[in-house]
Amino acid sequence: MEEKIVSMENIIKEFSGVRVLDNVDFNIYKGKVMALVGENGAGKSTLMKILTGVYVRTSGKVVLDGSPVEFNTTKDSQDKGIAFIHQELNLVRDLSIGENIFLGREPVGIGGKINWKKLFDDSRMWLTKLGLDEDPRELVKNISVGKQQMIEIAKALSLDAQVIIMDEPTGALTMSETERLFQVVKELRDTGHSIVYISHRLKEIFEICDHVTVLRDGTLVGEEPIENIDEEKIIEMMVGRKLSEQYPRVETEIGEVVLEVKNLSNRFVHDVSFQLRKGEILGVAGLVGAGRTELARTIYGVYQPESGEILVNGSAVSIKSPKDALKNGIAYLSEDRKENGIVLGMDLVENVTLASLNNYVGRIGNIDKSKERDSTDRYIKSMSIKAAGRNQLLQFLSGGNQQKVALAKNLDTNPGILLLDEPTRGVDVGAKKEIYELINKYKQEGMSILMVSSEIPEILGISDRVMIMHEGRISGIIDIADADQEKIMTYAVGKEVS
Amino acid sequence: MGKFSLKGRNWKQFLSDNKPVVVLLILVVTMSFLSDRFLTWSNIITVLRQTSINAVIATGMTFAILIGGIDLSVGSVLAITGAIAASLVASGMNIILVVILTLLIGLGIGLLNGLLISKGRLQPFIATLGTMTLLRGLTLVYTQGRPISIFGSDTSAMFSKIGTGYFLGIPIPVYIMLVVFFISWYTLNHLKIGRYTYALGSNEEATMYSGIKTDNIKLFVYAVAGVLAALAGIIVTARLGSAQPTAGSGYELDAIAAVVIGGTSMAGGIGTIFGTAIGAMIIGILNNALNMLQVSSYYQDVAKGVVILIAVLLDRKQRKSR
Repeated sequence: MEEKIVSMENIIKEFSGVRVLDNVDFNIYKGKVMALVGENGAGKSTLMKILTGVYVRTSGKVVLDGSPVEFNTTKDSQDKGIAFIHQELNLVRDLSIGENIFLGREPVGIGGKINWKKLFDDSRMWLTKLGLDEDPRELVKNISVGKQQMIEIAKALSLDAQVIIMDEPTGALTMSETERLFQVVKELRDTGHSIVYISHRLKEIFEICDHVTVLRDGTLVGEEPIENIDEEKIIEMMVGRKLSEQYPRVETEIGEVVLEVKNLSNRFVHDVSFQLRKGEILGVAGLVGAGRTELARTIYGVYQPESGEILVNGSAVSIKSPKDALKNGIAYLSEDRKENGIVLGMDLVENVTLASLNNYVGRIGNIDKSKERDSTDRYIKSMSIKAAGRNQLLQFLSGGNQQKVALAKNLDTNPGILLLDEPTRGVDVGAKKEIYELINKYKQEGMSILMVSSEIPEILGISDRVMIMHEGRISGIIDIADADQEKIMTYAVGKEVS
Repeated sequence: MGKFSLKGRNWKQFLSDNKPVVVLLILVVTMSFLSDRFLTWSNIITVLRQTSINAVIATGMTFAILIGGIDLSVGSVLAITGAIAASLVASGMNIILVVILTLLIGLGIGLLNGLLISKGRLQPFIATLGTMTLLRGLTLVYTQGRPISIFGSDTSAMFSKIGTGYFLGIPIPVYIMLVVFFISWYTLNHLKIGRYTYALGSNEEATMYSGIKTDNIKLFVYAVAGVLAALAGIIVTARLGSAQPTAGSGYELDAIAAVVIGGTSMAGGIGTIFGTAIGAMIIGILNNALNMLQVSSYYQDVAKGVVILIAVLLDRKQRKSR
């Protein structure tokens, strides 16, 4: 039996009477990687926040290295060697790498003067350990997200962390950065560190984890050694039912051209031309930085085209702002919903109607609140949005439910054309399928959908055609019948297909 | 956005959601013990009238702070619009015309602030610090550093009624304050532009992506702050019978204090007109109480500072524990 470094027993957590964790046990083994999986809202983050002292548990026991511990602040847990690397990195972008690693713990000499030489020398040592040759004087904002992640790890190591919790660490990483991260995780494991790895990407879990713990609705479903389990089984444990098919495909009659883009160019995209038809899903694949998001945002009016044309239903339109786009029946679901998709401090009603408030104006210019409530309730029902009520603030919803609200906001503008940018990013497996089903439903209703995605299985799963971009240009458009992973990747890296 | 229900068991929840109300109640109860003149009709009327000016300015400030901005120029707007109003009244212009013209000047200054912030991309603090100083200087130039009397024409007495008059035993400025509260509350809670104001303060990017012209919202918000500062300028000038070149100095700070005590977040997106009304009352009662207790004016600021900090701390603590 492996040695437990952390064991959490019978953890219960209630927020104003609502039980979000119910008798959960959780173990971390010394020198092993423990995967923690579950749908959004299953209680993963809450459990980890209890372990690191962000939240105080309602009842239960936390044992570290054989003795019970009480953490009331994150500093308490840090002092005991537990580090939490959040999904949204906690780095100060305008400070250097070295200053970030030693933030708040700068080595000082006489009179409190910072010993810069020692700070940067020590930083370089940690960077070298992680295989980075970055100059520790470089500003954090000038390095890639993948490297920023490494800086967080370096910081954790410099704090002498024995347990490192990583929350969705690969969410924003490129493939090679992900591989580099895995290598580092394996090295850490081999040097006796214990890792908790939270991810929605089950493939990653099979690649680097030793055990997996599954939570559902605030309860423990099970803990298994990775070799005793497979992907399908994990999904079943997470959603509590069998997933017969993850990508439901529906065939529809594809109609006339609804959106036509001709030779569109600006500082992000070059000479882009394509057509989108009624009732069609056009998947857009490509590597990070290929210009896919920028293309969608140019069509939506966030970025200005420098040349080229956009035609909606056969006539050229001028789109200078999102307002113009919406007027032409084009809606955009952002890849970064917290940044520009939803308003976290507003409730469901206010978010759903934000882009379509003109349809809710009463006789004296007032907002017709009962009409707003009715349509919000309709979306909550038809999209099975899980919320305490329509007046719950978005910040308290899980990622999947936030995404559904963002989608509802788009739909409420009655768009003919939906631009979906990473529609299932940061969404758990169960909710993903629900979102695919919604997208299919809109397709059947005759909407034209452009879907940007970094997940090739998703693109292959529900698109009718696939458009691949490389360095701001379209490198290929292929019919779904001819598409496979390999072909898409070949176009994505810009190679000619022979 | 608060829901007000004072029925039955909900009053406890109401008080814990509205800490400023608790502070206000404590102030009133304490004062009623310390001075038997405090809870008299004439004193209540005095407090309300004194509060009305700060309340009107603070209502405009609430809009600015709700979008995560600030308007430091309100005191100077009060001074210059007051001075212009005084000389127009003295020249014999129709009172209604004077009021409309003065409010339009406030609107113009507000739009200028809004343009500097939206199109000029200046920080609201910097932009309005600039206009604050500029307008104060212009006021001194315009008045030659001397008060301008409103008297000397047939309409002067009527104009002064705006500040000194009563209707049904209640001062006119109190009615003005209540109307301003109501219109602002209605705008923020029942009109599109109000919804957009909250949205912009919470998440500017998402608001822009929702097809809303955020620049227009900014123009609107600073225009409101400018118009209400001009309205305060009219009230002050009418009340005193003259426009002082230094009128309104430091008023922006009292207004900000009222807004913040009322629970509005300086980061934007959270806050209510109801809160600002309570905040303005707290400051008004405090001033009144300290005068009544004959506290030296040196200590008055000390006491005010302490109350502001306590009120804000109470509110913050509650928010954190949510």
